[in-house]
Amino acid sequence: MSDRPSLSTDAAARAVPGGGALTPAATGATAAPAAPAAPAAPPARSAVPRAAWHSAAVVAVTRETPTAARLELEVDGWPGNAAGQHLDVRLTAPDGYTATRSYSIASSGPGSRVVLAVDKLPDGEVSPFLVDELRTGDLLEVHGPLGAFFVWRPVEERSLAPARPVQLIAGGSGVVPLFAMARAHADAEDLTPLRMLYSVRTPDDVYFADELMALAEASDAFRLDLVYTRRIPAAWPTPPGRIMREALAAAVIPAAERPLVYVCGSTGFVERVASWLIELGHDAGSIRTERFGGT
Amino acid sequence: MQHLDGNAVAGQLADYFSFDVTAATARCNGCGSIAEFARAMVYRSGAGTVVRCGSCDQVLATIVEAGDRAWIGFSGVSAIEVRRG
Repeated sequence: MSDRPSLSTDAAARAVPGGGALTPAATGATAAPAAPAAPAAPPARSAVPRAAWHSAAVVAVTRETPTAARLELEVDGWPGNAAGQHLDVRLTAPDGYTATRSYSIASSGPGSRVVLAVDKLPDGEVSPFLVDELRTGDLLEVHGPLGAFFVWRPVEERSLAPARPVQLIAGGSGVVPLFAMARAHADAEDLTPLRMLYSVRTPDDVYFADELMALAEASDAFRLDLVYTRRIPAAWPTPPGRIMREALAAAVIPAAERPLVYVCGSTGFVERVASWLIELGHDAGSIRTERFGGT
Repeated sequence: MQHLDGNAVAGQLADYFSFDVTAATARCNGCGSIAEFARAMVYRSGAGTVVRCGSCDQVLATIVEAGDRAWIGFSGVSAIEVRRG
């Protein structure tokens, strides 16, 4: 997910007359004094780093697609994050009004660098600022890492449990957390079969296009399937169109292989895909979804 | 109204609880099903946030925030299982 418009409340939407009123908070952006070191207890494998508010400096803003920007942040005190987690960005207007939105994290691992890819919603309150106005050196307030449920971890070397194959299914900007999983899989040289089905409007709208192609070329364990809904590249074998049940069945790891399935996209996309997966025999408990609202 | 997953309230609840509520499993008072909060359905409006059971639609939890106070109810949940590790 890139921007979750539904996270805005009606009251919040009414409170700001213009889209440009919000700026990163100057007050909240200063770092809190360092907390005393915690006792060195080894975290359980299931544990994820504790969420907290952090000050994030914008290191780079680049165009990701015609409607989206890639933001690279240096987050003060960030404890690292697992692939699939998200964070909240809070903007504060001069009058104290705040708006908070959730964004999936495209990166994972222990470092303090965090990569987001944000899709601009034309009538959005936060995303137009992040995509069009944000500059290198700006400070943002971020809360995270968040969500221990929609995460995937590469297989640990000493793990005795046989890994289950993984199917990622992305709709549009829903690819962001799934890209983090694919990258984590490659970085760990994990040989677990990982397959990504990515539904996107046109070739220009593919997020992390170069990176995804490189991952697919570099590893036999990762396979990428693209579906174009509006416009196809030259010599593409199938006409543009929404993915349907039969095409889904053909492009995902069969239920008999008991894959873990992660689905992220608009609410409508996730609803359709999840119900088809159940019809195709996938276990509901093995499907994890993340809806970001929208159409 | 369009709903989100329970995942969506992770940040909101992280302000109040020391564990990730969305990864905890809860038993629904309505149908008895047990699932992670992240699997529930979240409805947001200007009044607040309602979390409903993914199986039976029963209201599991409500979150209302106003000014410097918040009201958090778990009216539809009989027990929550939290990972201690």
